[in-house]
Amino acid sequence: MKSSLTRRSMLRGMLGGTAVSLALPFLDCFLNERGTALASGAPLPPVFGSWFQNLSLNPGRWKPDRVGAGFQNNVELKVLDPFRERMNVISGCKYFLDGRPLETHVSGVQIATMGSLPFGTTSDPSLDTFIAEVIGPRTRFRSVEIALSGGRQSLSRGKGGVINPSEPSPAALYARLFGADFRDPNAANFTPDAHDMARRSVLSALTDERRQIMAQVGAADRARLDAYFTSVRQVEQQLDIALTAPAPIESCRKPELAPQDEPGKTVGAVEKNNKLFAQLMAHAIACDQTRVFNVNFGTQGLRTPGGIRDWHSLTHEEPIDPQLGYQKDVTWFINFATGTFAQFLHELDGYREGAGSVLDRAVVLWQTDHGYARTHTMDDLPILTIGSAAGRLKTGMHIVASGDPSARVGLTVQQAMGVSINSWGRLSNKTSKPLTELLA
Amino acid sequence: MMIGPPRKWLLAIAFIGLGAVVAGVVLESRRPGNVPGRAVTRLLTADQYRNIVADVFGDDIDLGGRLEPDLRADGLLAVGATQVSIAPAGMEQYDAMARAVANQILDANHRTAVMPCRPAAAVFDEPCARGFLHKVGRLLYRRPLTQSELDAYVKAAQIGTQASGSFYDGVGLSVAGMLSSPKFLFREEILEPDPDHKGRLQLDAYSRASQLSFFLWNSAPDGLLLDAAANGELNSKRGLAHQVDRMMTSPRLEEGMRAFFVDDFRFDEFETLAKDAMLFPKFSATVAAEAREQTLRTILDVVLTRDADYREIFTTKRTFLTPELGSVYQVPIFAAGPNGAPDEWQPYEFAKSDPRGGILTQVAFTALHSPAGRSSPTIRGKALREIMLCQTVPSPPGDVDFSKFELASARGDSTARVRLSVHATVPTCAGCHKIMDPLGLSLEHFDGAGEFRAADHGAPIDASGTLDNVSYADSSGLAQAVAQNPAASSCLVERLTARALGRAPSSGERLWLTQLKKSFASDGYRMKKLMRDIAGSDALYRASTPTESSGRSGAFATVAIPDPLLTSNQELSK
Repeated sequence: MKSSLTRRSMLRGMLGGTAVSLALPFLDCFLNERGTALASGAPLPPVFGSWFQNLSLNPGRWKPDRVGAGFQNNVELKVLDPFRERMNVISGCKYFLDGRPLETHVSGVQIATMGSLPFGTTSDPSLDTFIAEVIGPRTRFRSVEIALSGGRQSLSRGKGGVINPSEPSPAALYARLFGADFRDPNAANFTPDAHDMARRSVLSALTDERRQIMAQVGAADRARLDAYFTSVRQVEQQLDIALTAPAPIESCRKPELAPQDEPGKTVGAVEKNNKLFAQLMAHAIACDQTRVFNVNFGTQGLRTPGGIRDWHSLTHEEPIDPQLGYQKDVTWFINFATGTFAQFLHELDGYREGAGSVLDRAVVLWQTDHGYARTHTMDDLPILTIGSAAGRLKTGMHIVASGDPSARVGLTVQQAMGVSINSWGRLSNKTSKPLTELLA
Repeated sequence: MMIGPPRKWLLAIAFIGLGAVVAGVVLESRRPGNVPGRAVTRLLTADQYRNIVADVFGDDIDLGGRLEPDLRADGLLAVGATQVSIAPAGMEQYDAMARAVANQILDANHRTAVMPCRPAAAVFDEPCARGFLHKVGRLLYRRPLTQSELDAYVKAAQIGTQASGSFYDGVGLSVAGMLSSPKFLFREEILEPDPDHKGRLQLDAYSRASQLSFFLWNSAPDGLLLDAAANGELNSKRGLAHQVDRMMTSPRLEEGMRAFFVDDFRFDEFETLAKDAMLFPKFSATVAAEAREQTLRTILDVVLTRDADYREIFTTKRTFLTPELGSVYQVPIFAAGPNGAPDEWQPYEFAKSDPRGGILTQVAFTALHSPAGRSSPTIRGKALREIMLCQTVPSPPGDVDFSKFELASARGDSTARVRLSVHATVPTCAGCHKIMDPLGLSLEHFDGAGEFRAADHGAPIDASGTLDNVSYADSSGLAQAVAQNPAASSCLVERLTARALGRAPSSGERLWLTQLKKSFASDGYRMKKLMRDIAGSDALYRASTPTESSGRSGAFATVAIPDPLLTSNQELSK
């Protein structure tokens, strides 16, 4: 095929009605527009995941025994031992309020994800959206948000007041990722869908009409409309992808249909859904449907069946067991949460791609809202990263960053993923010092 | 009013006028009082999107999707709508829904109802497409399409027809494009100079129509209201009053009132409400949905059907129950109806001595404002203050010492009153908890799922309390105290105006608010009269440019000109 034939001109030709049922041959130029990473022999693209677990861990029970490489996990992170060589533990970081009131269980989340506290309802984008712009701007989904314990709360914030809503149901996520609009990259024949072609051409025909609105709005609304047009571009991109013969991806397999489920607030539902979500994400990443995911563990209402108090209430109301030295039921939940996280990682790691696994080319950032939930402390935070993003991040380290803003970790991860920034965060949470010992 | 001069010419006038107008506003704003708040751009809420589709295309259209959750600001989703945009995942939904709607309205069953012409399926019939898109466009854009907009949609329909080989698919894709256009999804306010107040700005006629219609109906203007905007009627006091009368007597008013209370009382939270099935076996998704509907019916019976004193919603013994709710409320309800047609909803009146009475004692309040496994007087008290009285309860301090609380809690055998008494012993807690806990404690006869209980952990419940120096013995007393509290009626006025404006009223609008509150009281707290007063106020249709606007033309395009080509008064038939 001639390399001068662009996808656009090809589509135009097809949309003229000449080649509606033509099976497109494999074209290099198509591949390039989707990212050279998929060309044969090239490395697979990096993946970023975030995992947010409110209510933290128990002080004194998670910090590794030693600083630097070769550490042993402490009791509450023992469950992550299979990943010890591929993880980092960062201790000592802090969230700074800069005189603003502490909104318990909220301020920490905001600083962790956005590097700043919002002013009014205006908030900075969360770090996952900056990473998505760099590593996955042309995948079918810029990012996928998951809420593990029901609701649609999401911590992913875009520019212009965009909240990327979470999906609480594995079955619904399956439909979104692998439903009728999914194009199997390994399908023997590719025929662009006539209706998709019509949709794409109608969308193009209306671009100018839609753009007119930008001429007449103020600055704040312009940001919101920019966000709208960014979202429209994803829809257009999804159509472009659907109309383009996909490059075969050897390790891509369409997953089993996720069963109908009950998004719930009990540990049973979380355990079941977590496994389904993790499998869906592993397949979605392997099939290059997305390169960014955000999991909100959403612990606030989590209870055991028949348990009168939820985890959050217990952190404040359960006395410290005098023998054990910690809150017994709270600790049960902590172990459940880290176990759930480990299970998620196992699923990613279990999906093999050539010599490695999906987890090998990912970095998953684990953060929490407080140092100690019982007393709402904002310092000595546990922060974890798992995975090296195919060597972009060094691993196997315990790093102590006493009194430093947590944004150091966020900055490090963003730089490792290729975001070109020198600093991140605002006011005291701002930092220009990445954890250089982790940058490869 | 603006029919006549050619469009280009009018635009030119408008833009020449801008500099002067903006300068005038700056001068005015130095004067205290009376400066209107800023213009806002609102994203349609999920309910508004649904209502518009039903109003324009018929209520049998299935959206086949789910909209993004709305954002609440200043207590209202209607205010949050001025701050949000559409995420990629949301756009996928809008796009899919728009196509689902378009497919249905142009399928073989519906197309004859909405499209008078019947071209052959495979050919593009331009006049037919143009006429149809013009009609639909006017209702969806809430103003006539400009010539270039209409041309773009006709062209899109033609391209779609060629690419798909079907006229109806092509036109459908064009309509789908309209339904996912920012001009449909965002409600812009277009400003023009206010002829009665030099240097001030007001909404243009079509923005007035939308302001009115979303306020009263929670939906877009119908054809008649757009006509009134086109012929200048809405800009006259009498013309406006005529339209308000018409709209207040329309069955759609109920939808507007429901939407207000769903928003104001945070009933969107029902979407995620769940109770522990082991602790509350009677509580199901059906019970939750019916409890929500029960409270809405109770309120509408007061404010709409009987047009009674709004404050009765807190005290009325009258309600409506289904057999399933009857089991929760421990009263027998039988679905019975005329001619053997069973109606699930039966009117029911609690006895005077019954602890149930008013919406605070209903499941939709007590269960919604409880954690999944128990009741919480603090959460209920906070909800009562914030939702019903428009008062803000400060967030807890970050460094609370919970150790005293742990001891009381660990005993586990006492009532909430005993457990929460600890709050009074910690100075940092006492200040806020004394304004929340006592209110919630008066509702402790209703457990976490809203069922009546005489005792808590075997101990009798003391439901006495005090609200702002008014003491009472039980939940009925609390209901009376809330109803009589001036904040309760003020709160309704504030939230209704905020919902209508899309923002909290500005300081320049305070005088208006005071006047509204006064008439609300002197008219016997009739909500319909209050809505009529708001709808008929000049203040609802005035605005200034957004403070955040850039140095350019700011928020306004100034003119929306009725296209001479588009004079049809016909609304799409259903």
